[in-house]
Amino acid sequence: MSAWETVIGLEIHAQLATQSKIFSGSATRYGAPPNAQANLVDLGYPGVLPVLNAAAVRMAVKLGLALQARIATHSVFARKNYFYPDLPKGYQISQYELPIVAQGALEIVLEDGTTKRIGVTRAHLEEDAGKSLHEGLPGVTGIDLNRAGTPLVEIVSEPELRSAKEAVAYMKKMHTLVRYLEICDGNMQEGSFRCDANVSVRPQGAQRFGTRAEIKNLNSFRFVERAINHEVARQIELLESGGQVVQETRLYDPDRGETRPMRSKEEANDYRYFPDPDLLPVVLSEEFIEEVRRTLPELPDEKARRLQHDYQLSAYDAGVLSASRELAAYYEEVVRAVPREPKLAANWVMGELAAALNKENLEITSGRLPAERLGGLLTRIADGTISGKIAKEVFESMWASGASADSVIAEKGLRQITDSAAIEKVIDEVMAKNPAQLGEYRAGKDKLFGFFIGQVMKATGGKANPAQLNELLRRKLGG
Amino acid sequence: MYDFALVFALRDALREPPMPLTREQIASIAELARLDLSSNEMPVYQESLSSILAFVGALDQVDTARVTPLAHPLTGLTQRLRPDVVSESDRHEEYQQNAPRVAAGLYLVPKVIE
Amino acid sequence: MSELHQLSLVELAAGLRARRFSSVELVRACLERIDRHQGTLNAFISVTREQALREAQAADRALAAGSAGPLAGLPLAHKDLFCTAGVRTTCGSRMLDNFVAPYDATVVARLRAAGAIMLGKTNMDEFAMGSSNETSYYGPVRNPWDPALVPGGSSGGSAAAVAARLVPAATATDTGGSIRQPAALCGITGLKPTYGRVSRYGMVAFASSLDQGGVLSASVADAALLLREMAGFDPHDSTSVDTPVPDYPAELEQPLHGLKIGLLREFFDAGLERENEQCVREALRVYGELGAELSEVSLPHLPLSVPVYYVVAPAECSSNLARYDGVRFGHRCENPRDLQDLYRRSRGEGFGAEVKRRIMTGTYVLSAGYYDAYYLKAQRVRALINEDFIRAFERVDVLIGPTTPTPAFAIGAKTADPITMYLNDIYTIGANLAGLPAVSVPCGFVRGLPVGLQVVGRHFSEARVLATAHAYQRATDWHRRIPRGYA
Repeated sequence: MSAWETVIGLEIHAQLATQSKIFSGSATRYGAPPNAQANLVDLGYPGVLPVLNAAAVRMAVKLGLALQARIATHSVFARKNYFYPDLPKGYQISQYELPIVAQGALEIVLEDGTTKRIGVTRAHLEEDAGKSLHEGLPGVTGIDLNRAGTPLVEIVSEPELRSAKEAVAYMKKMHTLVRYLEICDGNMQEGSFRCDANVSVRPQGAQRFGTRAEIKNLNSFRFVERAINHEVARQIELLESGGQVVQETRLYDPDRGETRPMRSKEEANDYRYFPDPDLLPVVLSEEFIEEVRRTLPELPDEKARRLQHDYQLSAYDAGVLSASRELAAYYEEVVRAVPREPKLAANWVMGELAAALNKENLEITSGRLPAERLGGLLTRIADGTISGKIAKEVFESMWASGASADSVIAEKGLRQITDSAAIEKVIDEVMAKNPAQLGEYRAGKDKLFGFFIGQVMKATGGKANPAQLNELLRRKLGG
Repeated sequence: MYDFALVFALRDALREPPMPLTREQIASIAELARLDLSSNEMPVYQESLSSILAFVGALDQVDTARVTPLAHPLTGLTQRLRPDVVSESDRHEEYQQNAPRVAAGLYLVPKVIE
Repeated sequence: MSELHQLSLVELAAGLRARRFSSVELVRACLERIDRHQGTLNAFISVTREQALREAQAADRALAAGSAGPLAGLPLAHKDLFCTAGVRTTCGSRMLDNFVAPYDATVVARLRAAGAIMLGKTNMDEFAMGSSNETSYYGPVRNPWDPALVPGGSSGGSAAAVAARLVPAATATDTGGSIRQPAALCGITGLKPTYGRVSRYGMVAFASSLDQGGVLSASVADAALLLREMAGFDPHDSTSVDTPVPDYPAELEQPLHGLKIGLLREFFDAGLERENEQCVREALRVYGELGAELSEVSLPHLPLSVPVYYVVAPAECSSNLARYDGVRFGHRCENPRDLQDLYRRSRGEGFGAEVKRRIMTGTYVLSAGYYDAYYLKAQRVRALINEDFIRAFERVDVLIGPTTPTPAFAIGAKTADPITMYLNDIYTIGANLAGLPAVSVPCGFVRGLPVGLQVVGRHFSEARVLATAHAYQRATDWHRRIPRGYA
């Protein structure tokens, strides 16, 4: 066991899924031409003023309620002052002393199956900055302010994460939650969901935290894990060789798999926070908060518990199926077709379907194979029309053609043979063709039973009902 | 009790600022504010900022232990919320007419190293 | 008939409606006067001649067709910090020398919608930071009563233009007295409405919790006419208040009988020049004759308004002016070596000395280790000042006192000592800190120079404040005095 303990706190930035920006009427759509979605407020033009977007407030409250946090009935926007080219006003409007959400928690499942509650210190509303583009511009940096003013919630965890794996579990869980709440699209490639990781190490058993480094702008789960692991190793090596960790901001370089100090943040910043005089205190009534509470969907943990209970699923299956609202809804629609076979439905959704979607890089929401179609297929397994093995073949055809299970079965003649007379007829033929094996079997070589099963299945194209075949064959071979 | 006599007296007392800011302090404030100051401007700001800070130091005489700061003159007013509606269209060419340097719709600055 | 420039805005409005003269004639007369006196006064930064004449022709057509708005055909000037679409807005700064806003400030748009015509943009202290109009990049404005003297500031161009009757009225802004102080020093009427009454959208910000747009005019009645059109809720300004706008001109004639007037004891304290005080005392006697009840009130924390202001205003300004970085608009230095050089030199070259002083003061009072001692402390004392006003208004309807401690002073007299300059606003800043409506009206002369009387009211009681000041103007003729050479 290592002599060092890792301490991690995450600051997750989730872009809120509003139509317009937090303080202006510009669109927030991703991928617009440079500065096409930056209006006078976003550009920080002289004389313009911010007006707060109601949807952003509602979404932050939703998140706070889902985290069982305290919702501030009085919160204040403050200015965080610093100069940077992607920050048009020279300050970012954020919340400082009085955030809208405080003191929440999120439960994560550890590798050994136990759960751990991670404290959420606060979640506050703020505006995103623009983007600096360096490529293809010799000697200059280009500034695109389309993203400037996009609403963010910054969700700050307590320093209660103890490994890169825990950090990833926490981030994934938060990712699931914000999508459940429909407050963030969760698109990490586009930067809609990203985090900064505060990482430090201390000797096992120590009370005080070690000096931390902040790794900025991690936008994939894999990078979070690798960056933290690299940073932990770096800090331990530094300390063990008699060095000291410097409090600084670092960047993760995915190509080299390491972190390095961020040059532009070298100087100590003095942000000179003060209440933004252009905005008034945000005051929320209890009625408003209750009204938002009533709009909360079933949350991931509740849903997993319910799936586990109602469908007798394992904790693991219930966890996987509740990873998104859409997946869970899909699963439950499939179960409605085969109410007695929830485990069969779970296996198919998590197995064949997930693999097929994955192969084509599709989401469950793609509509590629509607739940009712998959339900139709499972119905035919359940009622014995086809075997599980044949079902896989039918599934492939359905996936390729979009046809229903019944039409694939009919068209390809895959219906299972359940007519005892028909099966007996085939058995008789097989026995007639293989007198030597029959003799050996009857002489006591039981293992040859499998040979006869194989021959009958071959002759029927796999369609013979396995249970019936088993019984009939045993009787016939017994003579 | 406070009166204007005090404020005027304070002004008169300030002919000799009590605790002048150092040149280094002025330089670091100017850096925080991103203001290039010439070497002849330095002593001017050193003197005037020192007296301003001493002047506003008059506030120290007031007991404000139980007073809530007033950030805004109209107490009791609260932030109004705007409906989440897109009301703007692309006008970047017009807006960039005031920009000193642009290319391909981007504002240009000297190379930024992150 | 009087010459056009001798008529008040109210009289001009009536004349236009009666078709006694046309808007084109009126605009031409104003432009001629601007041409004649601009060289002396330097009241304007931009004159929008062609645009004004075009608009005047349109106004005449509307007047003829009977479809004219309440201000149809009336020429106005705007302080050069109100954004005007297509016409440059400099804020008196090299930083914005070439800046053309792509939009109209709400105040500008509302006045335009009411039919008013913009003659030009007036000179001002750089970014409204000053009390003498000497910090303008475009040179000082001169006082029409004596060209060796300052007109006051920061709305010095608007005040001088109205005092010299180059325009009948002008917009202005008041952060610490920038409407009332130049009104007093130029012998005209200046109205600062309640914070939140007039939209700040499109007003280039100096100190957001203090800035308020208002009017400089020849009379209170003229100010009432303009305020009715300028005021009102604006969804673009979160600090704009959604409360009905009274018909101010209709409410001017309220009798003063029984009005409770509080005399601000602290205002008659050290610093007030004796002759100034005599003018103000004489005005109070007039109020007594008009039936008002006078009593003395004390606002013990009010004297601290100047130090509070010189923490709060610079703090807000240091942040508001961070957007001028040479990237999206405004001055950009030549050949920056790197990003930091671009910032430092663009801002160092673009801003003048007083603006830099305030940015640095504000940066300091917000910085780590000083925030509590300066910024927070100032906001706490601000709360005490606000409470003083609230308590006073439980006893009286309006507060009356001097607008400034002295009449206009010589250009250059106070530039070397910022604190002496700051103390010019000693009587006006309180109303900004508490967001109260206030008006300054002329109340006499000292050594041939005008003196101002200030009336301060409760939040959103502009009708009461205007009626109080209007009654005084009905009883006196100080506001009709026009400086020699401009009559």
